[in-house]
Amino acid sequence: MQVHLDAGLCQGHNRCYALAPELFDVDDLGQAVLLVDGEVPDELRDKARLAAANCPEFAITITES
Amino acid sequence: MTDTVKETTLDDDATDSAGLGRGAGYVPTFGDSPVGTDVWQRVPYDVDDYGPVSDFAVDFDHAVPEYNSNAPQVWKELREGGCPVAHSDRYGGMWVPVTHDTVHEVAYDTEHFTSRAVIVAVGRPGDLAMPAPIGIAPPITSDPPFHSMARRLLLPAFAPKKIEPWEPEIQLLCRKLLDEIGDVRPGETVIDAAVQYAQNIPVNVIGRMLGFPAQDEALFRKFVHDVIERITEEPGTRDGLEDLGIYINAQIQDHRENPRDDLTNYLLNVEIEGNPVSDDVVGGMIILLLIAGIDTTWSAIGSSIWHLAQHPEDRQRLLDDPEVMTFALEEFLRAYAPVTMARMVAKDNDFHGCPMKKDDWVLLPFPAANRDPKHFEDPDRFIVDRQVNRHAAFGLGIHRCLGSNLARLELKVAVQEFITRFPAFELAGDVRWSVGQIRGPRELPLRILEVAG
Repeated sequence: MQVHLDAGLCQGHNRCYALAPELFDVDDLGQAVLLVDGEVPDELRDKARLAAANCPEFAITITES
Repeated sequence: MTDTVKETTLDDDATDSAGLGRGAGYVPTFGDSPVGTDVWQRVPYDVDDYGPVSDFAVDFDHAVPEYNSNAPQVWKELREGGCPVAHSDRYGGMWVPVTHDTVHEVAYDTEHFTSRAVIVAVGRPGDLAMPAPIGIAPPITSDPPFHSMARRLLLPAFAPKKIEPWEPEIQLLCRKLLDEIGDVRPGETVIDAAVQYAQNIPVNVIGRMLGFPAQDEALFRKFVHDVIERITEEPGTRDGLEDLGIYINAQIQDHRENPRDDLTNYLLNVEIEGNPVSDDVVGGMIILLLIAGIDTTWSAIGSSIWHLAQHPEDRQRLLDDPEVMTFALEEFLRAYAPVTMARMVAKDNDFHGCPMKKDDWVLLPFPAANRDPKHFEDPDRFIVDRQVNRHAAFGLGIHRCLGSNLARLELKVAVQEFITRFPAFELAGDVRWSVGQIRGPRELPLRILEVAG
């Protein structure tokens, strides 16, 4: 599984950081920052799906491999 | 036919030194100004010509009492009746999208819809008001490209990691308010959770962030009431609006003479592209923070407690399993989102068959989007641990609520502290709902059934 963040769509709702802080951080403006590069570790897959399913701006997408 | 009367007291020659606003002599005004000014133009609408609403599809009005007390049913009937966008002749012409897709589309379209006025009222900004793209209270009243410049000034102060340290302060505040309720006899004592609790929380926090005197909290609530609720009243009768501009100017002056470490002083020293920001822009931002940060969160806290008074099972779940708050918080925000925003039509356009004309109002009911069955399973049911919840309580697109991290923290702590102190309570009378775009209980009588020992 891979997780993608479209920084241009992110408006700083902060939902991903609240639900999956292992995968997302926030910068000084409150914008999301993706912490993983490449494959999402197995134990974090559910959290990645949760973050994607709760982003109000549809800025997070998941590619299942 | 708008009625524009020339202003005589404001400085018509005020210059725009940094390209960002008027000169220092200009009094920022939010809302209707007294008769004899053209800060606001009267729209051709007299509330006395209209009665109660019988059909929201063609005569929508969010200021009638039967709206806020019954809004989810209104949205549902409109959607099920095949009306994704309602209309009204009130307020000089108003459109109201009620599906998630149409709300989303308007929120994202800053070309056809301007934010220069965001509260539907009998007045719209006149020639003397700060023009687009800046607007009266940046960045909420701003359009691109100025919007992002103003927003970047404020974002760092409200970023998650700047807000998190406020949690213990908010806890102390909530406990103090609960202490001040005094002796509570379980099964007998009736309290007003809106008046004695919810309304006091956000006003205290934003007042402290801005460095304003705590004794002025009641004054701030009056400002908010005059700006947001008294939207059908004549210009000149809402004295709180004029007072607000004068009050903010006095605070700016005081902060300049006695600098301290707070948000007001921060804003007095910011720059946009190397230029200092004029006092009216700073004043407008402070007005935004003061107004947007008060009755919105107060409404969310009140509605959430109102829900818990009627759903002991959800209250118990939160007490037994505090972890569920992560999801419950978002479900409170989805189901009881307090904020409906507004836009004005920037240029004539056809919106899904609706002939929208320049200067028509467009209400943006994010709370209606949150109950659209196309996007939310079983939308009218409150599911305390709802996992998939892409709600729009804080708006969509570039105007996402700047204070959302603070609002969320205040709501979480306020609910936690309330149910920890009072594990059981029930409704003890009629709820009085707010009027207008911010929806929440203004009176919430509760009988306390249990007090934590």
